[in-house]
Amino acid sequence: MIAVHGLSVRFSAGTPLERHALKNVTLEVADQEFCCVIGSNGSGKSTLLSAIAGDVVPEAGRVVLSDRDVTRLAAQRRARLVARVFQDPLAGSCGRLTIGENLAIASRRGARRGLRDALAPGRMRSVLERVAELEIGLEKRLDQPIGSLSGGQRQALALIMATLAPSSVVLLDEHTAALDPANAEFVLGLTDTLAKRFELTVLMVTHSMRQALEFGTRTIMLHEGEIVLDVRDPERKDLTVEDLVARFRRARGQELAEDGLLTS
Amino acid sequence: MSAIAFFGAVELGLVYAFVALGVFLSFRILDFPDLTVDGSFPLGAAVVAVMIIADWNPWLATAVACLAGAMAGLFTAFVSVRFQILHLLASILTMIALFSINLRVMGRPNIAILNQETVLTPIYELGLTSYLARPAFVLVLAAIGVILLAWFLRTDLGLAMRATGANPRMARAQGVRVGAQIMGGVALSNAMVALAGALFAQTNGFADVTSGVGTIVVGLAAVIVGETLLPRGGMIVAVAACVLGSVLYRLAVQLALNLDFLGLTPSDLNLATAVLVLFTLILPRLRQPRPTQ
Repeated sequence: MIAVHGLSVRFSAGTPLERHALKNVTLEVADQEFCCVIGSNGSGKSTLLSAIAGDVVPEAGRVVLSDRDVTRLAAQRRARLVARVFQDPLAGSCGRLTIGENLAIASRRGARRGLRDALAPGRMRSVLERVAELEIGLEKRLDQPIGSLSGGQRQALALIMATLAPSSVVLLDEHTAALDPANAEFVLGLTDTLAKRFELTVLMVTHSMRQALEFGTRTIMLHEGEIVLDVRDPERKDLTVEDLVARFRRARGQELAEDGLLTS
Repeated sequence: MSAIAFFGAVELGLVYAFVALGVFLSFRILDFPDLTVDGSFPLGAAVVAVMIIADWNPWLATAVACLAGAMAGLFTAFVSVRFQILHLLASILTMIALFSINLRVMGRPNIAILNQETVLTPIYELGLTSYLARPAFVLVLAAIGVILLAWFLRTDLGLAMRATGANPRMARAQGVRVGAQIMGGVALSNAMVALAGALFAQTNGFADVTSGVGTIVVGLAAVIVGETLLPRGGMIVAVAACVLGSVLYRLAVQLALNLDFLGLTPSDLNLATAVLVLFTLILPRLRQPRPTQ
């Protein structure tokens, strides 16, 4: 479960560059809900994910993950409760380490790390079973460096890594935006498979309105740091991309009208 | 090159192998360029010399020297992580402070520990010729060091440390306490460098406050030479390459000094080392094609 209550984030507070990135946002994503987040650049999508993950400190509001208030916890201490996949395929894994070593690190996400052999066959077995289940052949390439994988494969690996540790909340920050269409399709399909297979609670930021309606069970739209649209299945099923664009225009149109008032 | 000169170079290379292992950990694994080593090498030598003179057990003295080195590294990393001071600057500050501290520890710039009981005493009593006994002894220690470090870097903690250096953002997202990893790693690195200093003092019979000058460059040279010779392989190969690099570097220096027509004297050592390191750093870039203007 992901819950944010009255979340406000302000960047460069007190300076001429001040930006109110999130304004009193309240959102609850229930267990096993797959929620897509759309919005234009600067709407606060990524800031919302960063605030949930702990990279951004809110000036007001609360963040609750799986019934635990984590508002004051640093990012690395929240790792036990939440997994992330970044937009940049290079960001989610360690290029200098092998595939097996990356999987081993991810399988201990948020857990205490001691002096046991991380790659001992007994400990890797359950990890490898999960990887083999996906039938993309990664389990045969454990000794290869991550650098030998393509962007799409790296993102697929990052997704798998996000599901290895026992937490159920996954944050996806435009994780297919840097991929070519074919790879993006593959990674999105994998996202769907993994979410269902491991009963994940997903918050996925995307730039594509089509994706936002096609995937998951719920779609929210952010604009200027506020949630301007929140639809779930089954109503969501009737929504088309055109409807979304219209809603999006209306949100922006109001703002234009207000600007018009100010300048007239 | 005489046999004595050859084994002398091998011995020195094996002693400095611990510097190379330390520099490998800070530079390569943690991506934390750390100049503290120029101070922690003579610190290790100073602590061991003072304690041996005071009739402490030489093994205990060596352990305390490692601990002192770890403290120096911990200080550098703490200042850098906690107060966000550039790693190079933080380490230079510790290095310069250690010069004074080392003088305080020793009470004078130079201490001789000839004819004292050292960790080597039992080896000498085996009856081996001393110029063979010393490198053999240090070789065993270096082999143990390689095995332990390579094993450590495969543990959960070691993997977290490698992730910290390679991709701190990913490490944090995996719940790794990046700051703590840097502090632990730099402390471990400097403990190994202080161990090299302690062994240097015991194999050469003295501790000198100026013996740390250029330690970082020598360590870096060893790491780079090792990487150039053994660029591929697992963690154990990468770690062993540091030892190999350190020994070969010393042999190359010894060879250069023996070639009379070059006209090199021991005082040219630092210049020659700087040129060697610069050359090995530049070489891969020279091979890359450059865009024409």
